[in-house]
Amino acid sequence: MNLSQSSTLIKYKNYRYFKIAGLLVAVALVAYVSVKPADSLFYGGTWLSFVLGVTSALIIIVLMLYGVRKRVASKVPERRHYRTSVVHQQEERNAQDDFYALHKAERRKRDIREGWRYGGTLQGWLSAHVYLGASLIVLASLHTGFQFSWNIHTLTYVLMLLVIANGFYGLFTYLNYPALITRNMGEDTLNGLLLKIDKLDELARIRALDLPDEVNALVLKARRETRLGGNLLQQLSGSQHDCPTDAAILGIRLLSKTLIADDQPKLMRDLYSVLLQKQKLVLRVRNEIKIKASMQLWLYLHTPLSVALLAALFTHIVAIFFYW
Amino acid sequence: MSEHFKIAIVGGGPGGLSAAARAAELGISHVLLEAAPHIADTIHRYQKGKLVRAEPMQLPLRSALSFYAGTRENILRTWQQELAELGVNVRVGAAVSAISGQCGNFRIPLEPGKTLTAEFVVLSIGLQGNIRKLGVPGEDMQRVQYQLDDPDEYSNETIIVVGDGDAGVENALALSRQNRVILVNLHEEFSNCAEANFQLLMTAVTEGHIETRVSTWAERVDTIAKGDFPVAFVAHTPQGLERIECHRVIARLGAEPPRKLLENFGVRFPNSDTASVPQLSEQYESNVPGLYIVGALAGYPLIKQAMNQGYEAVEYITGNPVEPADEVLLREKFAGVPNIRSVGDGIALVRRNLPLLESLTTLQLREFMLDSSVLAPRSGEVIFARSDYNNSFYSILEGEVSVHVEGKDGAAVFTMGAGDFFGEMGLLSGRRRSGTAIAGENCVLVETPRRSMLKLLNAASGVQRKLDEVSLKRVVLNYLDASLPDSELDYLVQGAKFKQYAFGEVIFKEGDKADGLYMIRRGSVTVSRMVAGKEQVLAYVSAGNYFGEMALTSNMPHSATVRAVSPTDVIVLEAEHFRAVMERNSSMRGKVGSRYLERISQGEPNPSGEPGGLIKFLMDHGVGEATDVLLIDYSQCIRCNNCERACADVHGGISRLNRGAGPTFEQVHVPVSCRHCEHPHCMKDCPPDVIRRSVHGEVFIDDGCIGCGNCLNNCPYDAIQMAGTSEYKQLTVWEAVFGRRKHREVRNEADANLPKKAVKCDMCMGIISGPACVRACPTGAALRVSPEEFFSFVR
Repeated sequence: MNLSQSSTLIKYKNYRYFKIAGLLVAVALVAYVSVKPADSLFYGGTWLSFVLGVTSALIIIVLMLYGVRKRVASKVPERRHYRTSVVHQQEERNAQDDFYALHKAERRKRDIREGWRYGGTLQGWLSAHVYLGASLIVLASLHTGFQFSWNIHTLTYVLMLLVIANGFYGLFTYLNYPALITRNMGEDTLNGLLLKIDKLDELARIRALDLPDEVNALVLKARRETRLGGNLLQQLSGSQHDCPTDAAILGIRLLSKTLIADDQPKLMRDLYSVLLQKQKLVLRVRNEIKIKASMQLWLYLHTPLSVALLAALFTHIVAIFFYW
Repeated sequence: MSEHFKIAIVGGGPGGLSAAARAAELGISHVLLEAAPHIADTIHRYQKGKLVRAEPMQLPLRSALSFYAGTRENILRTWQQELAELGVNVRVGAAVSAISGQCGNFRIPLEPGKTLTAEFVVLSIGLQGNIRKLGVPGEDMQRVQYQLDDPDEYSNETIIVVGDGDAGVENALALSRQNRVILVNLHEEFSNCAEANFQLLMTAVTEGHIETRVSTWAERVDTIAKGDFPVAFVAHTPQGLERIECHRVIARLGAEPPRKLLENFGVRFPNSDTASVPQLSEQYESNVPGLYIVGALAGYPLIKQAMNQGYEAVEYITGNPVEPADEVLLREKFAGVPNIRSVGDGIALVRRNLPLLESLTTLQLREFMLDSSVLAPRSGEVIFARSDYNNSFYSILEGEVSVHVEGKDGAAVFTMGAGDFFGEMGLLSGRRRSGTAIAGENCVLVETPRRSMLKLLNAASGVQRKLDEVSLKRVVLNYLDASLPDSELDYLVQGAKFKQYAFGEVIFKEGDKADGLYMIRRGSVTVSRMVAGKEQVLAYVSAGNYFGEMALTSNMPHSATVRAVSPTDVIVLEAEHFRAVMERNSSMRGKVGSRYLERISQGEPNPSGEPGGLIKFLMDHGVGEATDVLLIDYSQCIRCNNCERACADVHGGISRLNRGAGPTFEQVHVPVSCRHCEHPHCMKDCPPDVIRRSVHGEVFIDDGCIGCGNCLNNCPYDAIQMAGTSEYKQLTVWEAVFGRRKHREVRNEADANLPKKAVKCDMCMGIISGPACVRACPTGAALRVSPEEFFSFVR
């Protein structure tokens, strides 16, 4: 179920930024086709290329500002001091020059209208980030005039494409993974699951005390050596080679055939069910770590690549002045 | 042998002590008689370290003794010291069981052979005087106690606590830290203690710290000569007699009202109601001349009030017509009213012009006025506007007020004059105002804040009755049809019933016979129907609306089940009367008819179905009583916790929401954060009364929090936390550009020792662009909605 209906990242404000970006792209394409500078060696010096370049550079700046806006929660205007008495509120409202007299719905509308002055909503920023970023593929390509070689200019272009491709992957994870997390975790939190696993480990240890040493060894190994996170690749794989918990479950099944003492079958069954429960939890935790890792990993590339792009862009701009 | 004093003060509580101290200060011969072996027995019996409050805050203290909010020990120590310094004549262990004689020559027999005589008597024995004992053999054993001084005194014992009031439950909770505790309750449920204590008790029971026995009462207490346990508590349980061996029994059974004793002294009471207080003059003098009664016995349970009265009583006895301590405050209240020269005039005017309050005593009226404020709005001034949040109650002292109601079914204007009251609907529903109130010429109003009015309604049943009578017709006019003539109205409300339903209770079931029209005064309900074997919620109906009319007009059984989703009060109109009035009034028929059509369209089950019981889930988690709740669409939430960061950023570094905690259903998550309830649980018991609701609905904690933590315990949604103060600096843009991630927190050494204060979501009140959590969500997963808005989303 989609709670916020039409206000997803993609559909934000009825595709506002899609429309803006689309318009930019359309205008650029029409200009490019009609001017047809195709094989001019000095395309870079034409007004069309200059305009496209400046626009793209400005867009890149705006895209980078998203990172700033995300970290600075919001530029908040001074809070009105109206948290005193009811009587005070009354007086203030009687003075009514402002929107406090408006009804909630109207106030919301006005909040939105005025909101941009105080940094807008982060959702709006992100929606713009996605569409404007995508539009760069066309704008910057047209800016290059499809003239590539081994130089700083092409490097800048390539870096930009890398950042955008990386961003598309990020968008894909943002749109698809949240629901997976909920499905995997339900109402549990990672810490909660870890605590549960710990409790099950302890329970398994106690249950195994009356059982043969081989069983104890398996249980102990499952407790000590089952890995949940690990290094990046391990996190992303979401599994463990020769997982000791799986091994313990298998081992107990095999051992249970050989054990015939009186009350041990029941003990074995109890232990077995505990380990099965643990196995399920371990799987969920690994899943969670895997999804979270893939949701975050791209960002660790996105930001450094962007900074590299900015540096390259700066060099590119400085460099072109030498051509003039 | 007899001694003679000018004033004999009976009872060494705050009132008596204050009276005696004043007498000592004035050099009047006096004696203070206290039955217990120490002064201030009630405070003495508080738990060790208990914080004693100095309410009401605005009332000045007038006494020769000092009194500030503080711990029980501090207060007792200070009083002991000051009594000694003043040379007060205190006699402890002196129980008074009779007073005879008259003014100028009262005779008070003490132990055999000794009698005191006094010219005047000040009675300040409070209500706690005669503790109820178990009333069974063994009740006076040393190991059967009726008080608990220091719960930490006992450890590793088995202790039986008897009593389901706050005292019993609090004792059991405190003792359970170090002992095995069995809590014995005569009743079937623990309904006599405060909600917060109940919750703590239930947690303790679930976690196995306290055992309980319900519907159980004592048979006897035996001594056991040998073994580990010195006593055995024998009790009637539903399963028969049970013998529990234990170390001690602590019985907290409240006290016998001292009314009998007073009647023996010749004091008369206005009626046989157990809660009634003796008739007193404004100078606290009873019908027995020379016998003064102050404090809890006179209906003033607060320490400061009692101390003031003790002081004033001595002043009156010496012939000094001192003004009551609240006189100054009351004079200020009446300052804006023309033709009122003294407080007496003002009170008389209130008594004359507000028939609603006629059952109150003058002293009660003064207290009522102390809590209220007197407004003199200009003609045409808006007192409250439609859709404001304003839960005050207004009474019209003089002039006129017109209330403009604008509903779906058209507008109406009601005019009210002196003696009328308004605002009770918002008070009871806890919702936005349904109309705009505008002052007329020369209007004088009394505005009573929500909390004081609710307190009054609980305490004075006469006021509640009168209020219900008048508001019943208003509700009908407001909800059904404003143009209904008076005669029809009178007929319609005949036999109307007031009913209350708890959270989750079914009001009627699908298929039940139609028995009346239900109008919701407070709370909200869901309408649901069984569709393909599953209950599907069709509608959410909140206070200010009615339901049940479909079955009435169609003469069919109810077509849906209605369930309360928060504590709900309804008024039920007689089915026959409703049908008859509908028959005769075309305008009402039209209005109800159009509502009916709306209902039918709502009542069609959604073909795709309400998604898997989502509404039910939300209602089960208390969203029904919310006015604005934060929901997170987990299918879009990337778990970045930017909402928390933004919240912390605009609230001095402390996030008021916990994104990860809270229930989740399908992809809808209800994070732990304030819902701004219609009837905020946090407001219930705030000693300094600083939890407010702004006109726009935000529930916030104003300056002046004393850090008692009551709101924290009362909030069922864990939305309140205690936080220390520290200076906080937001990141500047440059810091953000260069990758600094953390804000700077400057810990002030001096602040570290200050008590923590309660903090909660204030919906970013006053921030023009709205709640920071929602604005900081990059994917638009976070949204704030009211239950109505939410319902329209889902359908």
